[in-house]
Amino acid sequence: MNKTLQLLAWFAVAIVGAAAVGGIALHRGESINALWFIAAAVCIFAIAYRFYAAWIAARVLVVDASRATPAERLDNGRDYVPTNKWVVFGHHFAAIAGPGPLVGPTLAAQFGYLPGTLWILVGAVLGGAVQDMVTLFLSTRRNGRSLGQMAREELGPIGGFAALVGTFTIMVILIAVLGLVVVNAMKHSPWATSTVAATIPIAMIVGIYMRHFRPGRVLEASVLGVVLLLLSVFGGGYIDQHAFLRGLFDHDGLSLAWWVIAYGFAAAILPVWLLLAPRDYLSTFMKLGTIFLLAIAIILLQPEVKMPALTQFIDGTGPIFGGSLFPFVFITIACGAVSGFHALIASGTTPKLIASEADIRMIGYGAMLLESFVAIMAMIAATVLDPGVFFAINSPAGLVGKEAADAVATISSWGFPVTVEQMEILARQMGEATLFARTGGAPSLAVGMASIFGSAFGQHLLALWYHFAIMFEAIFILTTLDAGTRVGRFMLQDMLGNFWPKLGQTSWYPSVLLTSAIVVAGWGYFLYIGVIDPNGGVNILWPLFGISNQMLAAIALSVGTGILIKSGRLKYAWVTALPLSWLVLVTTSAAWEKITSDDVRIGFLAAANDMSAKLAAGLLPPDKAAVAPQLIFNQQLDAALTLFFVVVLWIVILDMLRVSYRSLSGKPVRPMIEAPYVQTQLDSAWVRD
Amino acid sequence: MLRFFRPALNRTWRFLRQVSGDDAYERYLRLYAANQKKHRHQAPPLSREAFFKAWQDEKWDGIKRCC
Repeated sequence: MNKTLQLLAWFAVAIVGAAAVGGIALHRGESINALWFIAAAVCIFAIAYRFYAAWIAARVLVVDASRATPAERLDNGRDYVPTNKWVVFGHHFAAIAGPGPLVGPTLAAQFGYLPGTLWILVGAVLGGAVQDMVTLFLSTRRNGRSLGQMAREELGPIGGFAALVGTFTIMVILIAVLGLVVVNAMKHSPWATSTVAATIPIAMIVGIYMRHFRPGRVLEASVLGVVLLLLSVFGGGYIDQHAFLRGLFDHDGLSLAWWVIAYGFAAAILPVWLLLAPRDYLSTFMKLGTIFLLAIAIILLQPEVKMPALTQFIDGTGPIFGGSLFPFVFITIACGAVSGFHALIASGTTPKLIASEADIRMIGYGAMLLESFVAIMAMIAATVLDPGVFFAINSPAGLVGKEAADAVATISSWGFPVTVEQMEILARQMGEATLFARTGGAPSLAVGMASIFGSAFGQHLLALWYHFAIMFEAIFILTTLDAGTRVGRFMLQDMLGNFWPKLGQTSWYPSVLLTSAIVVAGWGYFLYIGVIDPNGGVNILWPLFGISNQMLAAIALSVGTGILIKSGRLKYAWVTALPLSWLVLVTTSAAWEKITSDDVRIGFLAAANDMSAKLAAGLLPPDKAAVAPQLIFNQQLDAALTLFFVVVLWIVILDMLRVSYRSLSGKPVRPMIEAPYVQTQLDSAWVRD
Repeated sequence: MLRFFRPALNRTWRFLRQVSGDDAYERYLRLYAANQKKHRHQAPPLSREAFFKAWQDEKWDGIKRCC
């Protein structure tokens, strides 16, 4: 009886899910209620978790709850600690969910709500969550080895090297594009700039409190920090009204970019306890709190999504980034659907905390589904805006015109009516001078969130909600920037240590300064170019980030597929091989287009040649001619980088196929390096206290 | 009413402390005491301040935040 009831309940969930997906896919009216998106996501994720993830855990990976995990066997009370599964889930989710799932869907909304939404749902269930869970499992079976180590030991040195280089370059591109998102949100906005600037001393106060005043009292210090952050949002409003103070925080994009670069360097060489660790506590609490609040507001308010299901920009002429629906929607939304970066967290860090292999499904698969849910909410927040407003905020000035009248005329001519007055009123409500050409996703998301929060919790507070949303995004973008620069530094020190051992010492100060400067110069260069690019930079950097992130995912899935085949589970290898094939197809075709396309908005080389021709013919105005040589070089560099990513990807794929072929034909391959079975002694009640 | 909610509140508070690392030192002391019976440590346990510093340095040594 009980079983029949359960079956009926799951059947009902399936029907509701199918109806919701069918509804959002086939709906062609004026607007569609956001609850359909929530219903579709909840039902699909529930079914995927209950059936697909459970099947993978039981049959493909064969998780064994009786097997002692590295956390138990190597328990040292510091990094290897058997931990309550909800606590591990919290740590893992806080680590994987950064600004990516907020920015990607917002940018991809230029195609309409449908392509991005479907890709988030399908990509997470069949790709991203599978990658995270499989990688987590493999690393847990290998004492918490990193992805790079597993690639080296299971496939060979080529795979290991590719994973290492891939991780380093992705980090550089990621930090640059996130820096650009923050700069675009702060330019000529004293309120946003002062609020974001205030997060630095606030983090330091929290750091000093936790380090010296009340050591280790994390919760007290975090509460203090959150209160100060909220005050800084109010304080920003005051500064914005003050003639003198306003001037101190009113800057153009380029000077803000220099500030971000200087900040990045300072953050990389300061001790972690002073800036990075306390900032991370604040950003984690803010992130979880805001996402929870957004979910409540969407459910309470049930806003209408006004963006059409599909726009004409699926043909590749979109204003935010050039390129057609296939393959670019799959590159633009990486985090939220499949993110290779997660494989770095799922190997190395999280496995050292897992108390039982039985927890792997919830932590690996479940946390990714939650991140995917955040991406769906970002999609909702972007598409509840009038499409005209959405495009006015996100279209770069180089494309639609610098003057407001030109911009609204261009955008209205696309069939998305918007007026100068509408944009002025909106800017005034949000406490900004202008909202035009704030490319990057953060401001339009903030406007979307502010209108949702405003309707749910008080319309008169719109400007506060807007700057709260900007601060919320900026604070964890800056956390990623700090943490990423530091990781880049460690990796560089590790590599350079092969040539001169002294450089490899992470505590030798000259090496710290040198390697930090190199890493900051790396991302600082791309950030600088992104800011001076009249087409907004996001058009170049975000696809590059997407390609590199999907490349890393493909490496992780290759490692998974290779190990499944080596361990005699060929018939299940499609579980990772299917998303792997899709990613290879998507990444390769996107890279091909970015390199060879004749369209100057898509092809890097086409853009470089076009600009060279214009420069030679004297067609560029003086301000553009001055930066043209840099932009031309950068486009060529981007083309080379894209080619490099694809070559690395194919080397790993071919290496995996070679190992699989040898294994299947009975030739010797590298042995599996799984840690031997030890019966668990852990009393699960002790861990779950 | 309060009696009804108290266990749930207590659980939530314990969870919050654990997930944020607020109780990390207490957990370390418990582990130290448990191991002391087995191993007979030579060194006394770390002070709260020293433990927290080591814990934090270790936490941020590697890729800990993603996109």
